[in-house]
Amino acid sequence: MPARAAPPIGGAALSRGVVTLYLTLIVLLPLAAVVEKATGGGLGAFWDSVSSAEAVAAVKLTLLVSLGVVAINAVTGTIIAWVLVRDEFPGKRIVNALIDLPFALPTIVAGLTLLALYGPRGPFGFNIAYTRLGVLAALLFVTLPFVVRAVQPVLIELDRDMEEAAASLGASGATIFRRIILPNLSPAILAGAALAFARSIGEFGSLVLISGNLPYKTEVASVLISNQVESGNPHGAAAVSVLLLAVAFTVMLVISGISRWGARHDV
Amino acid sequence: MTSNRRSRVTMRTIALGYLAVLLVLPVGFVFYRTFQHGLAPVWSSISQPDALHALYLTLVMVIVAVPLNAAFGVVCALLLVRHDFRGKALLNGLIDLPFAVSPVIIGLSLVLVYGESGWLGGWLTGNGFQIIFALPGMVLATVFVSLPFVVREVAPVLKEIGTEQEQAASTLGASGWQTFWRVTLPAIRWGLAYGIVLSTARALGEFGAVSIVSGKLVGQTETLPLRVDNQFQNFDVTGAYAAAVVLAVLALSTLFAMSRIQPRELDR
Repeated sequence: MPARAAPPIGGAALSRGVVTLYLTLIVLLPLAAVVEKATGGGLGAFWDSVSSAEAVAAVKLTLLVSLGVVAINAVTGTIIAWVLVRDEFPGKRIVNALIDLPFALPTIVAGLTLLALYGPRGPFGFNIAYTRLGVLAALLFVTLPFVVRAVQPVLIELDRDMEEAAASLGASGATIFRRIILPNLSPAILAGAALAFARSIGEFGSLVLISGNLPYKTEVASVLISNQVESGNPHGAAAVSVLLLAVAFTVMLVISGISRWGARHDV
Repeated sequence: MTSNRRSRVTMRTIALGYLAVLLVLPVGFVFYRTFQHGLAPVWSSISQPDALHALYLTLVMVIVAVPLNAAFGVVCALLLVRHDFRGKALLNGLIDLPFAVSPVIIGLSLVLVYGESGWLGGWLTGNGFQIIFALPGMVLATVFVSLPFVVREVAPVLKEIGTEQEQAASTLGASGWQTFWRVTLPAIRWGLAYGIVLSTARALGEFGAVSIVSGKLVGQTETLPLRVDNQFQNFDVTGAYAAAVVLAVLALSTLFAMSRIQPRELDR
């Protein structure tokens, strides 16, 4: 075991104390309070809150739309990554920089821009405001970078020898993609898609203006939680929050599983 | 090779078309709508006292939350990469929590602890510290949502540079602080810079968490993203677009900073 460099800032014990205190006061204690609020009235009260018709409809919509987002992102994200790595065209650097725009742009602005162009006063004469299509569009906007940015580095590293060998043996472009490129990319696509899913189920800012939070129609879980907080029902809000947190943590576990799987594959 | 070429052009068309419909046209259209009638209405809207106060608050969020998370991020990354201790795997997992939690849940969770009837809020309010519906709560929310960025950018860089140079420095008699400032910090600077840019973007634009803890009091706890929402709901579309464009310009500047930093990272 090599000698370690002297740790800065007064040693490991102090930094551990500071890190633990910071995380506890800002993240852990508040999340514990949500769980306590949700279950403090007994499991019966918790169950009543999460099984109310409005909550079930909101959570169902959230999960369904998020799955749609994942499916679309897996395809478009892979195509965009492929074009950015394997294709050459003028302005490619700008397009590459543009991919990060949804991470940089405030979510409320993202929602506003979609509403401006595709909303009731838009120039095209159709209206996605207060529709499920609008919810889908907003989520696609904010999750766009995940799959692209996960797949891009893998595609850059991907050895072209195998593809050239397959091509010289007479494999078609589609076969090469399906049999060689896709298997190498799938851990990255899955990891990006899982991140997009985690983001979708909690997304709020971009949906506020566009969803119009119509219960049973366009009200997703995060909007329902916000409505319950504002109408003075913290118990109900906390109960739905705990449900959503459970889904999100499961997704995070899946992501860390995928990244371990991916690490094993890229020897 | 013609089929190859055709499929290449098809892929390019799909990719660029998707980006145009989803990103470029909507964002461009908001800029067009905002400046449709010239600069004067935009200027008069963003120079209103409430709008200026919102901009000021947004910048306060960035100036307080980003340095806090940068310092925390570096300390935490050093701890995770350079030390072994019990609970390290747990800490490593906990760091990512804020990315998995919905912003509204973050807002609610802070209210439940620091609000007037919250776990610590009663005592804090009794002693004259108002957290929720005030600036400290909004800062807490901003810190919560942007917490992982710096750790996640700095930790891999620390792992990659190893400890050889740090050891050499301390063998030559450098103190822990000197080693940190002269060796470690310069080595992680691009990772740190990228983490700071990402935190800044998030801090500038956070909506959900801040909206719940702020109480959305116009001219008092209203940040620029909250103003976009409020003006739009109150049918002041010009005001909403103007505030959105200010935010978009700030976002585009961070995007520019990102694209300047990223290639250097890849060259390393």
